[in-house]
Amino acid sequence: MKGRVLVVDDDTALAEMLGIVLRGEGFEPSFVADGDRALAAFRESKPDLVLLDLMLPGRDGIEVCRLIRAESGVPIVMLTAKSDTVDVVVGLESGADDYIVKPFKPKELVARIRARLRRSEEPAPEQLAIGDLVIDVAGHSVKRDGASIALTPLEFDLLVALARKPWQVFTREVLLEQVWGYRHAADTRLVNVHVQRLRSKVEKDPERPEIVVTVRGVGYKAGPS
Amino acid sequence: MSRDSAASAPGEPGARSGRPVGRKMTGSRWGRFVEGGLLQGGVQGSPVLRLFMRWVRRPLLPVMRLWRRNIQLKVVVTTLLMSLGVVLLLGFVVIGQVRNGLLDAKVKASQSQATGGFTVAKQEADSAMGADGDDRSGSGDNPVQNVSGWMNSLVESLSSGGQGAFSVVTLATTTADSSRALGPRGSGYVNPSISVPQNLRERVDAGRGATQSYTRIVYTNSQESQPALIIGTQVNDPKGDPYQLYYLFPLTQEEKSLSLVKGTLATAGLFVVVLLGAIAWLVVRQVVTPVRMAAGIAERLSAGRLQERMKVTGEDDIARLGEAFNKMAQNLQLKIQQLEDLSRMQRRFVSDVSHELRTPLTTVRMAADVIHDARVDFDPMTARSAELLADQLDRFETLLADLLEISRFDAGAAALEAEPIDLREVVRRVISGAEPLAERKGTRIRVVGDQQPVVAEADARRVERVLRNLVVNAVEHGEGKDVVVKLASAGGAVAVAVRDYGVGLKPGEATRVFSRFWRADPARARTTGGTGLGLSIALEDARLHGGWLQAWGEPGGGSQFRLTVPRTADEPLRGSPIPLEPKDSRRNRGLNDAGLPLGGTQKLATVPAQPAGERTVPPMPARAPRVAGAVDPAALPGNGARVVPRPTADTRGPAAAPEETSEDRREVPREETSEDMPEAAPSAGGPEAGAQPEQTKQTQQLKQGEASRGR
Repeated sequence: MKGRVLVVDDDTALAEMLGIVLRGEGFEPSFVADGDRALAAFRESKPDLVLLDLMLPGRDGIEVCRLIRAESGVPIVMLTAKSDTVDVVVGLESGADDYIVKPFKPKELVARIRARLRRSEEPAPEQLAIGDLVIDVAGHSVKRDGASIALTPLEFDLLVALARKPWQVFTREVLLEQVWGYRHAADTRLVNVHVQRLRSKVEKDPERPEIVVTVRGVGYKAGPS
Repeated sequence: MSRDSAASAPGEPGARSGRPVGRKMTGSRWGRFVEGGLLQGGVQGSPVLRLFMRWVRRPLLPVMRLWRRNIQLKVVVTTLLMSLGVVLLLGFVVIGQVRNGLLDAKVKASQSQATGGFTVAKQEADSAMGADGDDRSGSGDNPVQNVSGWMNSLVESLSSGGQGAFSVVTLATTTADSSRALGPRGSGYVNPSISVPQNLRERVDAGRGATQSYTRIVYTNSQESQPALIIGTQVNDPKGDPYQLYYLFPLTQEEKSLSLVKGTLATAGLFVVVLLGAIAWLVVRQVVTPVRMAAGIAERLSAGRLQERMKVTGEDDIARLGEAFNKMAQNLQLKIQQLEDLSRMQRRFVSDVSHELRTPLTTVRMAADVIHDARVDFDPMTARSAELLADQLDRFETLLADLLEISRFDAGAAALEAEPIDLREVVRRVISGAEPLAERKGTRIRVVGDQQPVVAEADARRVERVLRNLVVNAVEHGEGKDVVVKLASAGGAVAVAVRDYGVGLKPGEATRVFSRFWRADPARARTTGGTGLGLSIALEDARLHGGWLQAWGEPGGGSQFRLTVPRTADEPLRGSPIPLEPKDSRRNRGLNDAGLPLGGTQKLATVPAQPAGERTVPPMPARAPRVAGAVDPAALPGNGARVVPRPTADTRGPAAAPEETSEDRREVPREETSEDMPEAAPSAGGPEAGAQPEQTKQTQQLKQGEASRGR
């Protein structure tokens, strides 16, 4: 599996080390060291995935994340030294799909990157319905009354996972495993934040969700179609 | 402000339950008497009397409460009572003065009138005597009738001068011979014998000159009787016999005047009292309103609304109070702001340091892993070095993560994300995570009490971290014997106890296991390479939930760690559904063998809510002698039954309760010396890295929990 990875990090030693590891795993890394030039580098290299340090000179990681997300659904994995709730949640809310806390092991990083790129494998043609939404899995599109809704790949995966088994209540841990590819329970805040983001796009009234329904104390399930 | 202070310690009264204690003392002496005697039932007497007092007291209680709480009511009532007293006193004095004044004038006028009258009566008698002597020959046959007629005309003439302002009465002397005595006479329908008091008559008989007294005139016609001044003397009639002549001066006018004055005074007094009450009410209101406002605002300030201020108008004392109050609030807000800033700065600093440390560490970590992966190509010495490097980096990372976690607790930056979770799920995840280690150790992990959902409002991440720590510890120190995880839920609390049957804890260790970097037995090889912070973090996590984390253990009998959290967040804990000391402890079994009832020890083990400040030795040592015969004495003081208090003054190491003896304390530094560590670590780290599957280390959160209490 080949993949272009844009590494946005100001620490040259870490960036170089990331380059060594990524090349060793068969990725094609490209680098940018400050936030102001990150967007230009992104447009130029058209990566399949962005590794983004949250603390950057110039524009900070959150801002860069927001800008990239505004024009692309490309997977973004944050590198953060802060595991505090606020920092992580702010990062996720700005559009990152996943985060990895420093210091991490190379294998952990690679597993996370692979999980985010894995979805490029060909899905079978499949039509799903959830609420009043129609999902074309192969075509990667979600439509309500013929109007398509733009979702990031991760949000799409989340929606598809719920829609495939509308009878099942998904715990956050199960979703982490199915959508994010965590084999072990990790931070369930990932799920919470992304469900919020998904709802803000697909629900008519995000305050009273009908598509992604919370089952209190357990997790989430697809709303009745 | 921090969450730690939000939930109170077990048994500690709620922060705002108590009213100021001093308030009770503000009552007057009477109030205290009433409270102490009447209201508190302090009557030393028969039960009937006490019952009666209670019966009387009940309806009075709300009134007394209002009296105690309402200063306005107090002042107004006091003012009313006192002004009533003053007005009454004043009224009596004024009325007395007026009466005296009126009577003095009347008495003087009456005396001169009476004296004149007496003189006239004497002259009349003298002249009549002369005339009588003249015509005695002619009409001397009936002197009595003559005198009687004379007296009639005398009374008539005397009384006619007064035009009703007075009446004249003549009476015979009390000593007079009744056959010769003259009948009583009175002018203006006065009933002479009743209107003249008997004692006055005697005094008139006895004394010379005029004598006076007060009486009521009674009339023979239907006229009402009225008060009067009576002046009498003894005079002789024309025959030389003495008789009594009285002047009666009615005091009706004076009485009318007096009652007018009385009425006026009463009306004025009533007005004064009512007005004074109203004035007091108004005045007190002026003072009390700002005070009440200040009290309300102080309450809001203490509730955290620091921007609240008093309204200040004018420059009087109340305004000064308001200004001072506002200044205090301002300073308080400033100080709190400063402290918050400081705390924020500290947190920021920790966060920055973590970032600064972590970035190079990441690079080192990755480089080490690359080298580690390539070690097969190296010569043995370099390859071993690469292994050591990678292993020690693991430790370093875990230590750093734990340190940061602890510093986050210390900074009060740890936030609880509570939501209803089923603890069975958490336990299941924890056990599946600990399975590889358990397999290596040959330990079986059993779960008890997972038939029903065990739901509590808790932070899943933190609870999982605590339980992972406990389970990993239990497996670590279980010496291959079973580990039992017990769940229970009752009475607003949910508990998970992790029981092992390993080496157990020595006396006094049950509390020390929670100390930072504490190691019981450094000689034992550590296989998980814990940081020594695991249980400290677990304790902080439990505290953050408003819960308890407690340990119990006996040497050679294993140990039990129990996590208790309230079922709903922020609800104070009163007890735990699982006794801290398990039923199968040696002591309990020993007691059972000896045929002693189990109840007593059960109660002891079910830790009652102890006040936070009370860090006394658990009640165990005192009891030890009683059961000493039945059990191995060495096992006894290992009971770590104690409540882990919520942080009070000492937030650093409450678990390191200073109850150990000085002997214990001497041991600690020796145990903590780090010289054993380098040789323990390689032997521990090597097998671990090889045997432990990759996935168990996949996330940072996992590693943070793998601390050990490493004995």
